[in-house]
This record gives sequence, structure tokens and C-alpha cells, in this order.
Amino acid sequence: MTAPIGTKLVSARFGNLEAQTLAGYERTGGYQSLRKALAMRPDDITAEVKASNLRGRGGAGFSTGMKWSFVPKDAKTVHLVCNADESEPGTCKDRELIYWDPHLLIEGMIVAAHALKAVHNYIYIRGEMMREYVVLQKAVDEAYARGYLGKNVLGTGLEIHLTVHRGAGAYICGEETALLNSLEGLRGQPRLKPPFPAVKGLFGNPTIVNNVETLMNVPFIIDKGGAWFNELGTGRSGGTRMLCVSGHVNKPGVFELPMGITFNEIINDVCGGVWKGRAVKAVIPGGVSMPPLDASELDVPCEFDALQTDERIKPVMVSPTQPFDLGGGRQLRTMAGSGGVVVLDDQTDIPKAVWRIMKFFAHESCGQCTPCREGTGWLEKVSRRVADGNGKPDDLELLASISHGIAGNTICALGDAAAWPMLGFLTKFRADFEAKLKNVKTRAA
Amino acid sequence: MSLEFSADAQAKIAALCERYPTKQPVVMAALHIAQKQFGHLSDDALRLVASTLGLPYAHVYGVATFYTMYRREPSGATTIRMCTNISCMLRGGYDVLAAFEKQLGVKKGGTTSNKLFTLVEEECIAACANAPCAIAGTKYLLDITPDQVPSIIAALEKNPSPESEVV
Ligand SMILES: Cc1cc2nc3c(=O)[nH]c(=O)nc-3n(C[C@H](O)[C@H](O)[C@H](O)COP(=O)(O)O)c2cc1C
Ligand code: SF4
Ligand code: FES
Repeated sequence: MTAPIGTKLVSARFGNLEAQTLAGYERTGGYQSLRKALAMRPDDITAEVKASNLRGRGGAGFSTGMKWSFVPKDAKTVHLVCNADESEPGTCKDRELIYWDPHLLIEGMIVAAHALKAVHNYIYIRGEMMREYVVLQKAVDEAYARGYLGKNVLGTGLEIHLTVHRGAGAYICGEETALLNSLEGLRGQPRLKPPFPAVKGLFGNPTIVNNVETLMNVPFIIDKGGAWFNELGTGRSGGTRMLCVSGHVNKPGVFELPMGITFNEIINDVCGGVWKGRAVKAVIPGGVSMPPLDASELDVPCEFDALQTDERIKPVMVSPTQPFDLGGGRQLRTMAGSGGVVVLDDQTDIPKAVWRIMKFFAHESCGQCTPCREGTGWLEKVSRRVADGNGKPDDLELLASISHGIAGNTICALGDAAAWPMLGFLTKFRADFEAKLKNVKTRAA
Repeated sequence: MSLEFSADAQAKIAALCERYPTKQPVVMAALHIAQKQFGHLSDDALRLVASTLGLPYAHVYGVATFYTMYRREPSGATTIRMCTNISCMLRGGYDVLAAFEKQLGVKKGGTTSNKLFTLVEEECIAACANAPCAIAGTKYLLDITPDQVPSIIAALEKNPSPESEVV
């Protein structure tokens, strides 16, 4: 059983401006889960979150309860950091979530901090989100004034602090170790893993980094129980999911939807179909880092496991005969990523769209690893000349081999994030690229 | 010329230093605050941040040049950050960028001669469901069409929106 369309948890207060204030939030049931959680033992909260099958909404879809349990039991100082750097193209849910319901994030963080025994906690908010920063900082100030945060949370003797830290423009700071470096006052460059942040993170201490939406789901799990939350989902991932639908649909928007909804349902039932009466050419399922789906693959549910394993989705290829190997022979189909669903209609200039995506990655590479720094630059340059109709006969093989050279050979996943969609588009839309090259030949002749 | 932080700025920085185990993490906020007070981050402004936090100048310089929102040069009163990334591109973002360029008489990256506007081509600003979109100062401009551009500019001429007013 999955939740019916219309089930709302994290987006229930959207449109209700009053809920931005502490009084408005409390009037709609706010901070009741915190009271309940404060009476629970930290380990019992983590157990409940594990049972809920809540999976990270920031990109990788990792089990939240499991992540929390990686913090060493004897750790003296632990931090919780909320990743509010949202900048994956196609993704616009965290900004809305913070704007409409800042206290829900704060409540989720206090509950999580209690579970993790974390005293000093941070929200890293993207620098460009100025309006949201003002709303969030005001909410944090209110929560302090009311005793939900501070040296003695609601008289329990617990000390829990929350500091909002503004970024200043850098996509890479969304990667959790780059984010931690940025929080420490360094350039936002990713760290080598291991050690993972849960063992050695902010200021050298065990640190849990979670996405905005992930943390906002925590109060519901405490309120109604992990089993209830799991029931809303598909069995392997609990709850609902915020999806941001953009591109060529009649009604783009940010929607809270059932975990198991298919892409065809999203496009037709939720978003009023493809605009201008056209048909779908491609769908980017979870931000531009993820390989695309073609029109024949849209009956698959937009869910973490399905997108990786459903055999209706063709594997990404390095060449027409060689599938991309994720390691151990595992094939890459696609992934649910950040919830950014971008719909491209059948008149889209695919090579041009791909060039724009590559331009983004070339711009955002932090420059530490040669394959990523040089490779993303080449992907931009070569994809641009193909898109412009000036490609060379071998350019598609060149794009594939550059991508293959980047993937898996870098410090952080930005390298993969550029390589995967490049290979994915080449796999599924080769004819579109070849048509551009054919024009070159005719012109030369 | 050596610069000084205003009393208000000093108080803000001192309060922020209480939130972290060392002063180094405050560098990002201090740079935002300096940019608000001085308009841009000159070498002297970077030196001031360095001495205030007890950090090497080179460290502060390294941070200030990594992030795109820190300005080393003066800019217009309102910065327009026009997104042309995928969702915006698919719904005419480049046409809107061209309309801004035409209306302002500058290319992307430029500042108008009356110093009222700086125009920047931006990567995704997390408003993709309202593409094409831009941030003008601290405000979001959503679902923009090229023909709205003249009135958007006229309104911002009367009421500029400096980014750093939120610091
Ligand atoms: C290049 C890159 C950019 C990322 N950007 C974001 C982001 O903007 N927001 C986010 O929550 N996670 C982002 N992530 C994922 C984070 O590294 C991390 O996995 C996530 O914040 C963990 O939270 P979750 O378990 O709640 O999903 C990014 C990852 C990479 C590799
Ligand atoms: S993969 Fe790219 S972004 Fe990531 S650390 Fe290496 S150079 Fe930086
Ligand atoms: S792509 Fe333009 S706001 Fe996201």
C-alpha cells in the first residue's frame, strides 16, 4: 500500500504564510513531536527512524537511520549539519520547504540532534537564497526565545544549538565534504572518503549531514511511528517524496507525491501533460546528474530502487557493445537523485541541452582532480561543437571515452555526475547527435 | 588606506565567533558583512577580515576568490542573476537573458554605466518549476517573459535591491 495522491506531510503548510511564525506553527500542531521525542531515549529515536525506511532526499537515497547509527558510540562531540545548499539543476523543493515551513526543519533538527547527542548543529544554506535565509534565521531566533533551542531545551537539561551558515555561491558545496570544508571557513573542496563524515566530519568530529527534506520528515516519524511512515511508501523506501517537475509540461510545480508514482502519471495526471500538445522525448529523473529516460521508459516508478534496477530501463553504455560498469559488473540505469524531474518534449534539440548540462559541470568543477577538471572542460567544448553543427566524425566516441575516463576516477561524485548523463544521452539519443554530425558532412561536400 | 568595520558589523562578527570553536569558520560571514559595508571586497577589505579574525591574508583571499557571490570589483546597485540552466533554457531563458542585455545595454557580466545594474548569467537558482527565472537583488523573478523585461527594469530603477541588505 502506498500513500494516495494528495497525502501531505512536509508540504502540508505550503501557502499558509502564518506557519512561518512560531505561533502559527504551534497552532497547527508544531513542536509536539519534539516534546514526545525529548521523553524518548536517543537510541529509540534512531530505531524508529530505521524502521521508517526514511531514505536521504539529497541525492544518494541512503537509509537515514542507518547513517545515524554509524556515529561511534563513544563519540564525545557530534554534530548534525543540514544540507540546504540545493543547487542541482532541476531541483527546487528545499527552497520552498524552508520558505513555507522553517520551524518544521528546526523541529526535525532538534529531534535528530537529541538522537545523535549533538550539541552544536548547523544549517548550511545556499548564499543565493536570501529570502529563505531571512525567514529561517527569524525562525531560529524565535525557537531560541521560546526555549526549544539553547542551553536547557524545554527544561530537560539538554543543550542544543543551531546556527545558520550562509554559503556564497558554489554548487560543489552541496557535496557533503565540500560543505564541511566550507563550514570550517575553507574553500569548498571535497575531501577524500573514507573517513566518512559520520566518523570524522566537521572540526574532526563525527558528523551527520542530512538534506532539508530528510530532516523535515523526522517529526512525522516520531509522531506517528516508523511503521506508519514505512506504510506510506513502497516497502523499501518510506514516506512521500517531494518532486520538482520542470521543463515542457503544462503545469510545472513542486509536488509532494507518493513514492511509487510513475513518470507517466507525474507528467499526465499531475502536470497536465506535455505542453503545446507535443510528446515526450526524454525525462531527466532526478536532477541533471542522472542519466535520462526515453519515452518508452516512463511507466517505471520514480523511486530509489526501481530507477536503479528496473529492467524496463535500458542500461547506460560506453559503446554500442559495452555497458557501463558501476563496479563488480553492476549496470548503471539511472537513479532517483534529488527529485528534479525535467521533461524534454519531442522538439528539443538534445545535443544543445546536453551541452548546457556539460557547461554547468565544467563551470562547477572545483579543480582538484585532473580527470574532472580537464574532462568536464573537454566535454563542454566537444559537446558544444557537436551541438553547433561543427562536430568532427569521431566526436561521439571522443565524448564517450572522456566520460568513461572521468567516471569513478575522482575524489567526489561531481565527476560521475557529468559523465553519467553524457553517456546516458549518447546511449539513448544517439540519432540526435548523429544527425548533427551528418549536417557537417553534407556541408563539407 | 586601511578600513574599519562599523560598530554594528563588529558586534555581529563577535557574536558569530561564539557559534564556532574557532574564528576561522566566521570568514564567510565576515566577507558577506564586509561586502555589505564596503560594496565590494578590495584588498584592504580582505586585510581587514584577515586581521579581525586572526587569519593569514592568503587564506582570506583564497576563500573570497572561490565563491561566486563575493565581488572583488564594484558592481551595480542591483545584481540581476538570470538562470539559463536546463529548465530555464527549455522555456526560453536565453531569450530573457537577451532581453535583459538589450534593455540594459550591457552584455552578461557587465555593469551599466549609471551603476544601477549588474547582469550575471547564473546557474540553477532552485526555482526551476517557475522557469525562466532570475534573482534581482534579494527578490525572485518567476516565469519571466521577454516582454516583461522593460517594466522589471523600470521598477528596479526606482527601487534598487542590494543583495547584501540581508546580511
Ligand atoms: C556534486 C554534488 C552535489 C550535491 N548537492 C547536494 C545538495 O545541493 N543538497 C543536498 O542535500 N545534497 C547534495 N548532495 C548530496 C550530499 O553529498 C549528501 O549525500 C546529502 O546531503 C546527504 O543527505 P541525505 O542522506 O539526507 O540525502 C550532493 C552531492 C554531490 C556529489
Ligand atoms: S570530482 Fe571534480 S568537483 Fe569533485 S573533487 Fe574532483 S575536481 Fe573537485
Ligand atoms: S534551471 Fe533555472 S532555476 Fe533551476
